Amino acid sequence: MLQYLALAAILFAIGVFGVLTRRNAVGILMSLELMFNAANINLVTFNRYIGPENLTGQIFATFVIVIAAAEAVVGLAIVLLLYRNWRGIDVDNINLMKW
Amino acid sequence: MLDNAFLIPFYPLLAFVVIIFFTRWNEKLSSYISIGMILTGFVHSLFVLMQMLARGGEPLEKMVTFISHPAFHLELGMYIDPLTSVMLMVVTIVSSCVQIYSLGYMHGDPRFSRYFSYLSLFTFSMLGLVIANNFFMIFIFWELVGLTSYLLIGFWFEKKSASDAGKKAFITTRIGDLGFIIGILILAFYAGTLNYQQVFEKVATGALSPAVLTAAGIFIFCGAVGKSAQFPLHVWLPDAMEGPTPVSALIHAATMVAAGVYLVARAMSLFVGSAEASMVVAVIGLITSLMAASIALTQNDIKRVLAYSTVSQLGYMIMALGLYGVDSAHGHHSPGFVAGTFHLMTHAFFKALLFLGAGSVIHAVHTNDIQEMGGLSKKMKRTSITFFIACLSIAGIFPLSGFWSKDEIIATTQGHPVFMFFALLIAFMTAFYMFRLSFLTFTGKPRNEEKYHHAHESPDSMTWPLMILAFLTVVSGWVGLPWLSHGFSSFVYHEAAHHAEPSYVLMIVSTIVALSGIGVAYLFYYKKRFSADAIAERFKPLYTLLYHKYYFDEIYDAIIIRPLLKLTDALWWFDANVVDGLVNFSGWLTVKWSDLKQWFDEHIVDGAVNGAGYVCMAGSWLFKYIQSGSVQFYTLTVIAAAIGIVIYRVTPEGFYYYLAGLIVMLVSRILARIVKTGRVKAEANIEG
Amino acid sequence: METSVSQLIFYLLSFIIIISAIYVVTLRNIFHSALFLILTLFSVAGIYILLNAEFLAAVQVLIYVGAISVLIIFAIMLTSQLASKKINQSNEQVMIGVFVCAGFLLASLGSLANTVWRIVDKPMPENNTMTLGKLLMNDYVLPFEVVSLVLLAALIGAVVLARKESA
Repeated sequence: MLQYLALAAILFAIGVFGVLTRRNAVGILMSLELMFNAANINLVTFNRYIGPENLTGQIFATFVIVIAAAEAVVGLAIVLLLYRNWRGIDVDNINLMKW
Repeated sequence: MLDNAFLIPFYPLLAFVVIIFFTRWNEKLSSYISIGMILTGFVHSLFVLMQMLARGGEPLEKMVTFISHPAFHLELGMYIDPLTSVMLMVVTIVSSCVQIYSLGYMHGDPRFSRYFSYLSLFTFSMLGLVIANNFFMIFIFWELVGLTSYLLIGFWFEKKSASDAGKKAFITTRIGDLGFIIGILILAFYAGTLNYQQVFEKVATGALSPAVLTAAGIFIFCGAVGKSAQFPLHVWLPDAMEGPTPVSALIHAATMVAAGVYLVARAMSLFVGSAEASMVVAVIGLITSLMAASIALTQNDIKRVLAYSTVSQLGYMIMALGLYGVDSAHGHHSPGFVAGTFHLMTHAFFKALLFLGAGSVIHAVHTNDIQEMGGLSKKMKRTSITFFIACLSIAGIFPLSGFWSKDEIIATTQGHPVFMFFALLIAFMTAFYMFRLSFLTFTGKPRNEEKYHHAHESPDSMTWPLMILAFLTVVSGWVGLPWLSHGFSSFVYHEAAHHAEPSYVLMIVSTIVALSGIGVAYLFYYKKRFSADAIAERFKPLYTLLYHKYYFDEIYDAIIIRPLLKLTDALWWFDANVVDGLVNFSGWLTVKWSDLKQWFDEHIVDGAVNGAGYVCMAGSWLFKYIQSGSVQFYTLTVIAAAIGIVIYRVTPEGFYYYLAGLIVMLVSRILARIVKTGRVKAEANIEG
Repeated sequence: METSVSQLIFYLLSFIIIISAIYVVTLRNIFHSALFLILTLFSVAGIYILLNAEFLAAVQVLIYVGAISVLIIFAIMLTSQLASKKINQSNEQVMIGVFVCAGFLLASLGSLANTVWRIVDKPMPENNTMTLGKLLMNDYVLPFEVVSLVLLAALIGAVVLARKESA
């Protein structure tokens, strides 16, 4: 079991790194998807090794996927709006709340 | 009546209060109130005297105690004995006569009401002094008498000489009062009480040592020296003639100066216990009497002559009392006490008469200088006749009152040859200068026709008191006739009634002395057989000395007044320069201090406040870059912190490494930015 | 216990996942990133199969790869500045990010290793799909309905957000 969890951890860490580092807004969303997937792996692993009689983990993972989809939709809509207004999706430029 | 004799002083006090507060604007009413009150006092005193006579001279004492502590005893009360009752009579009679006389004399004066209020206040003080039963109370009234005499002497204070005279009187008597209060304190300390009877008891039982008695006696006598104008504090009395003549009559003939004699008489038990103190008293009395009589020979101011005559007569009385003390201390029997007090009474009457008569003359010719008078007997019958009667009395001519009292005094000097010689000499001089005065004033040719022309007899309000006093001058001596078994000497005495043997030798000798004095004056001034001026030329130095009153005033001025004034100047200089300099300096210092504080406030306090603002701004300038507007940076912060907490929970040690690593990264990034852009500014790539 | 074949497949799959993920977050060309994302998602589906979650693997492929990744590629195409390939896609927080993520990794791996897991070695239900369906309709019907509402909201929201301004 540990290897699955370790894998999930590494994937999650990479996803965090991507969120913090990517300049492109879509890139951030993609890193976010990586994080979701890492969480899913964790859920399924726990379901398989710790509570196999009911499939709670898989249900949870399903719902996570659905929500991730909804969120990706909305996020990308916002990105489109950004593109329209700023002629680019470099998040470094989105700093109107700056001092 | 005797029981509430303490009311007697309150009559004139009531008059004073009423006049001052209510009737000041109504002159007539004020004077009538004053006279009415004093007459009431006179009537009451008469009753007191009669009751006292009925009791056979048994004294009455009533008091209100304030402090009754074994070490100290303070009270207010009255003590009526024969001496007191006689004094009450004298004071009220003379005061009434003077007040009636003042109706005419002070007519038209702008401060008429105030004058009467002062007279009432003075009478109140004097009466209170006389009925006091302890030294403390007598001292209170003593001071009051001094105050009122100041007010009355300086009544015409617009004249500088008058206000100066008032000051001089007050200050000189004050010096005597200093001695008086020392004496009182000695008594209070050693006897523990100031009540007359208790002190005298202590003296009688020998509780006080002779040294204490001597000291107390001498110091108390100092008060008498001041008030009765004895040597060396006599200088105020002649100057006090600046006051209105009725004032001179009341205060300086009959009452206030008699207070000193009364004090010595009252405290006689003290003096009896100390021969030294009594001798001091007698000697001072003699010196004073002699000195004053010699000065009176040369004076030209009518009131001055009378003033020095008063001083001389007071010296006579004091001498008699002193000799009584000396004799009693040695166990001899002496008529001194009776003589002194008897002469006090008779002197009051004829001296008051002399002064009022002189006032009448002054009122007529508007001058005091006898060189400008003369022949007034034709114009002023009543005045001149009463004046002559008084002169005969003071010279000691049978059967007037002065004869009897003077005889008693000369009888006292028996056994003291020196005193007797001088007493007779003084009697001679007295007769001489009094008749010189009366001859120059009333007889001969008028020396100033103008004034003589305008002279006229005084109004009735002024001449009636003269006649009353003349009557008293004639009869008052008869209570002291030596043949009387129940006369003055059985009534007023000290310790033992004195029954004098009439000494015919003495009577004849004194009459011869008096007549020779009158005769010499007659030759000089009436018949003009000899010229007084020629004698004055022959004895020029002596004459000058006498005329200038032995230069006492000049001596005092040089020795005491000038140095005091110099001291005053020095102190004024000190105050104006040093003290005021200090005050100004402290003011300057305060200003400088406030300047300093202003600087402090401006720079340091405001600096601190401004500094706080600057610090805020600097802090914000430092920290504003946290708000970079970049969501990724915020996310980084949150995640770093969360991971920091997690690491801390997992491995506390690892947390510090983590923290160190974060700080290193942050610092290196800032440095890199500095290197890159040359400024410390966390700016995102806006141009991007 | 897994057989050596499963182990091997696992290592292979995880290798692919990790490498692809790294490429996702570091490539300059965003389009290439998206492609690597697809690869990653596929591999994750493989992991699901290894974990006896066949239905979930299918769902993953269908939705993630089929819908979301396509959506992402659409977005990239619509908003790309393909001409600017040389712009650095990583901002200046890289070093700290690395550090923080390393820290996170160390923390999580450490806690993983130190935890005592209660491993239950029971077999999973055979028919994965039927069981899931039953569960969805019986125990988890409420979240099921709610999530459909969520999808509806997301749909409407996206349409509202992204429509053209009616000028």
